Amino acid sequence: MIIAEKKPIEEIIDEVKDFSRILILGCNECVTVCEAGGKKEVEILASALRMYFINKGNEKKVDERTLERQCDHEYLEELRSNIDDYDAIVSLACGVGVQFAAEKYLTTPLIPGVNTVCLGANEDRGLWTERCQACGSCVLARTGGICPVSRCAKRVLNGPCGGSTNGKCEISKDVDCAWQLILDRLKALDKMDDYEKIAPIKDWSTDRAGGPRTVTREDVKI
Amino acid sequence: MRLKIPSNFRIVRVPCTGKVDIIHILRAFEKGADGVYVVGCMEGDCHFNEGNFRARKRVEQAARILDKVGVGGERVKMFNLSSGEGPLFAQYSIEMDNKIKELGPSPIRVAKQNKKDAA
Repeated sequence: MIIAEKKPIEEIIDEVKDFSRILILGCNECVTVCEAGGKKEVEILASALRMYFINKGNEKKVDERTLERQCDHEYLEELRSNIDDYDAIVSLACGVGVQFAAEKYLTTPLIPGVNTVCLGANEDRGLWTERCQACGSCVLARTGGICPVSRCAKRVLNGPCGGSTNGKCEISKDVDCAWQLILDRLKALDKMDDYEKIAPIKDWSTDRAGGPRTVTREDVKI
Repeated sequence: MRLKIPSNFRIVRVPCTGKVDIIHILRAFEKGADGVYVVGCMEGDCHFNEGNFRARKRVEQAARILDKVGVGGERVKMFNLSSGEGPLFAQYSIEMDNKIKELGPSPIRVAKQNKKDAA
């Protein structure tokens, strides 16, 4: 899922201080799971903002709403009838949701309430770690299901490099060497023959190097 | 036991302090409460294993938010005691009552009152 983290409340206060009718807009998908922008976080942020502005003698209307998704037309359309009730929207969705909402409601300022961090997994309670960089051409089949693009600092495709020590990466003793993990996994799978195969130069045009990416599916288009 | 406790607080019963969320604490302040304290079981004695640890974390988070919005994080506190410690409950409520009296009314309540007076 997409991992995000809450922006500091001071930053949000600074962004909204000039508006008097504000909607805090949450998203029920990834940001709910990573506890950054779901219904609960919407309630907390809205309550905190209301208290801040009451305390400053500048009471504002701060409403709460959480959509099923902010990256789909049909859910964003639910706002259409109320959009003029607000001077600004603080969206707690990922960058995708914020932009999609901004594209839809051209005259309402959209303010991001979270920092979108990465595509990751919930490794432990309160710990989310990156697992994918959406490079557009997956190599996991030959790397034992461990991604050298997202988990190796150098994105080395034929690793490990010389910086791998005792299974850790040279950038930090807390970061596992992805290629050590790959080797261990390939050994466990008895697929070390795969390790001997040299990976060809990767086509990075499917990554960000090729500019913004799109997926077009003629078979599902109506 | 007929213990004397301050009469100016309201007890909100929850099945476990693990049920208490940050928003519950914030809403109390938004409605004008001067302080909130959460009383959970002894640490390590939670029937649901970690309910009171979750509550403590949430109380800490609520305190940080209250600090940032100018209400003051010291107005919220977590206490732990066992169900047989009535006198300790009374002591904690007196302690909290004294502390809140020392801090004075919550700025939210003052601001709301000022607005009401002006209207």
